[in-house]
Amino acid sequence: MSAVQATDVIGQRIKRKEDPRFIQGLGRYVDDITLPRMVYMALVRSPYAHARLKAIRTEAALAMPGVLAVITGADLEKAGLAWMPTLAGDRQMVLATGKVLFQYQEVAAVVAETREAAFDGAEAVEVEYEPLPAVVDPFASLRPESPLLREDREEKTNHIWHWEAGEREATEAAIRSADVVVRQDVVFQRVHPAPLEPCGCVADYNRGTGRLTLYVTSQAPHAHRTLLSMVSGLPEHMIRVISPDVGGGFGNKVAIYPGYVCAVVASLRLGRPVKWVETRTENLTSTQFARDYHMTAEIAAGRDGRVKALRVRALADHGAFDAQANPTRYPAGLFSICTGSYDFPTAFAEVDAVYTNKAPGGVAYRCSFRVTEASYLIERTMDVLADELGIDPAELRRRNFVPPAKFPYRSALGWTYDSGDYAKALDLALETVGYEELRREQEERRRRGELMGIGLSSFTEIVGAGPNHLFDIAGIKMFDSCELRVHPTGKVLARFGTRHQGQGHETTFAQVVAQELGLSVDDVIVEEGDTDTAPYGLGTYGSRSTPTAGAAAALAARRVREKALKIAAHLLECGEEDVQWADGRFQVQGAPARSVTMKDVALAAYTNPPPGLEPGLEAVFYYDPPNLTFPFGTYVCVVDIDKGTGDVKVRRFVAVDDCGTVINPMIVEGQIHGGLTEGFGIAFMQEIKYDEDGNCLSGNFTEYLLPTAVETPRWETARTVTPSPHHPIGAKGVGESPNVGSPAAFVNAVVDALSPLGVRHIDMPVTREKVWSILRSHGIRG
Amino acid sequence: MKRELTLTINGQPYTGVVEPRRLLVHFIREEAGLTGTHVGCDTTSCGACTVLLDGRPVKSCTLFAVQAEGHAVTTVEGLAREGELHPLQQAFWEQHGLQCGYCTPGMLMTGAALLERRPDPGEEEIRRAISGNLCRCTGYQNIVRAIQEAARAMRGAAEPVSAGQGAAGAASAARGGMVP
Repeated sequence: MSAVQATDVIGQRIKRKEDPRFIQGLGRYVDDITLPRMVYMALVRSPYAHARLKAIRTEAALAMPGVLAVITGADLEKAGLAWMPTLAGDRQMVLATGKVLFQYQEVAAVVAETREAAFDGAEAVEVEYEPLPAVVDPFASLRPESPLLREDREEKTNHIWHWEAGEREATEAAIRSADVVVRQDVVFQRVHPAPLEPCGCVADYNRGTGRLTLYVTSQAPHAHRTLLSMVSGLPEHMIRVISPDVGGGFGNKVAIYPGYVCAVVASLRLGRPVKWVETRTENLTSTQFARDYHMTAEIAAGRDGRVKALRVRALADHGAFDAQANPTRYPAGLFSICTGSYDFPTAFAEVDAVYTNKAPGGVAYRCSFRVTEASYLIERTMDVLADELGIDPAELRRRNFVPPAKFPYRSALGWTYDSGDYAKALDLALETVGYEELRREQEERRRRGELMGIGLSSFTEIVGAGPNHLFDIAGIKMFDSCELRVHPTGKVLARFGTRHQGQGHETTFAQVVAQELGLSVDDVIVEEGDTDTAPYGLGTYGSRSTPTAGAAAALAARRVREKALKIAAHLLECGEEDVQWADGRFQVQGAPARSVTMKDVALAAYTNPPPGLEPGLEAVFYYDPPNLTFPFGTYVCVVDIDKGTGDVKVRRFVAVDDCGTVINPMIVEGQIHGGLTEGFGIAFMQEIKYDEDGNCLSGNFTEYLLPTAVETPRWETARTVTPSPHHPIGAKGVGESPNVGSPAAFVNAVVDALSPLGVRHIDMPVTREKVWSILRSHGIRG
Repeated sequence: MKRELTLTINGQPYTGVVEPRRLLVHFIREEAGLTGTHVGCDTTSCGACTVLLDGRPVKSCTLFAVQAEGHAVTTVEGLAREGELHPLQQAFWEQHGLQCGYCTPGMLMTGAALLERRPDPGEEEIRRAISGNLCRCTGYQNIVRAIQEAARAMRGAAEPVSAGQGAAGAASAARGGMVP
């Protein structure tokens, strides 16, 4: 890392460059795009979770006013498009053929002159089903008597894959010989990212140019282009994917959805632009959900609280298709981060995945590939161990932290943590919240019969996927990229392979480039999302943008500087070896007053380049990260529970985060506020539920609850800074930490409040009704 | 079947011929071409479509366009005037009151209606007022702060104005920074 300069723009609270368009209603989201001769598409969806398709009759729909076309699975089959590959190596039906496998599955697409006519047409499509028994419970799905869901697969079983990591025998031996073993079953319920903007696209196939432009809600536009080319057979250079402003993603907009493919097919067939925007119900019932992990953890420990081993088993419910977006080598994602912040001598983890008659997906929601499940499991189970041993949960964590001297630290499950100082974050959190005083208050309140709880979570994340020898999605390595063009007047166009959805890249990436080139943030404009102009990259999810594209920004700028130095030497009339970059300008060594700025150099690059040097000033950098980054922190939650109603009131929530170098503290704090709020919703309110017939019971915002301003707690944030040693500017990424770390803090606080009743665990969502029932079952009334 | 419709949006008269089932939000977005007003749900839950109808905040996904016949609609595009941002827009920018920007127009309209009615709302009152507007990104904290800051700016600008001046006058007197 370079020394701090007087001109530092990294670390400044700079107002966001993207905001002026959003505050004036001038953002441009997919549904804002209207093209000449554009038509609309609506989807016919299955009312059954599991049924044979007997017949689809389209005549009545085609006779409706304004209806132009009806596309069915049979039509797609003729074009070889009835199925498409998922990002997890499985395949998924675009439009159902043979049978449907989840409620709201896509069955037919209707294209019409207007939005209303398309919906009317969809209503008029007649589909005959023969209902089959639905499999909703993942454990039941593995039983021999369970109906086979995926008849298309060679393997005649509902089991998808088995994955394991670590040392089975050593872990078993440690568990057998330990002083203490705790075991806890933990369910991380099925939730949904529910970005406020639903998914959608405008597919525009131009018969004149032979090119397809797809405007789409995409977190990964380049990957979408390549996969679309592979699915459709259209040559990749004849496809342009544009992801315009994205109204939130949280992982929900990584996958390719059947609606996109149908819109493309419709545009190819009609030669007109086709818009498809899903409804909220379609979003909640058919697109990427998250979690649905059914886990058991066992920790072996000594009487002194030192952990000896961790054993974890999980059953992963992927729904009808394994449609998660996932690195190829890691079917259970980064779940093996489940040893967390603790120095486990040995560990073993295994996951089995199953199909059920539920919506497909399984990884999204502000989470780096299952780290949320892993973090929640270990942080929850450490509290169970603390309870078993009668050791304060803060003290138990401190005793078991990986100590700073052990970094880089090789975990029992094989990851190399880059840097960390876990006790420092814990200490700051305890001091900020006033932990000792709160424990004294809790004791007093308990004597008075009041229910107050304090919950901790000292999480470790694993983000920034990822090193190319380990990480790819559908074969494409998980690098990311930056292309810089320095114009003659010293202004910079910076393009990236990532695609922000509110994370503030237009500001933070401009800060990185400005810092490296000695320019002002106003001199740099950031562009993302257009595959015709942006360099190839894998997109924005898994907190990977700053660790990958942010690194590429710094290194592309340094590449610009290498050439700029040659031009500077020419301007300063000295040898290249006599020129140094310092204080944001090129100086003659020993005579710093003789200097030129990047603006001077940029002009010379086009007007007066040195003889023999090619004109222009540009660079592109494709960054293959040497390792992942490991952000961490400690969260403390204080709750009071109303004995009469079961209402849990979050009184305080202190979040200490360490994401390495902070580029823009204002944006980092904003990310933390947002992630904590999503974690709060997951802990207390959210679950995608199904009844026993596979009917989705959470298909709108009156059933699937999002926190409003009224119940959202006030967040208190603080930070420590432990830079990543391998990232060019020491940054680690932060977007997901608060959503990963907070659920355990909330639940630990509630369980702590109820621990005098002997309660050791409550599964999320911790609803008022659930708490009320626990209180009643213990004879407690308000 | 179709009906003729006349209304004003941001002071401009609009006439259209629409199906009676045409939603107001679709009229605003598609007939008037003002796409700042967004759609986020189908159940009147999220508030991304909030506009002012004769000064009162309404969810435009839950009104038919024909119900706005003869009324005055204000959308986010009507907040900035004469090249100057509304103090709320300025405060959302200063306080990082937005991330993806999708809820922002609705949030601004609800905030504007609140400040017209209550020039000095407390935090709880602000949180209640915006509880019909969902935000997935910010956790609301900076939105609340932004509305408080805008309220201060509008009161500050209102002070030199004579005591009889209403909140509406104060709002227009307080228009803050330049539109970038």
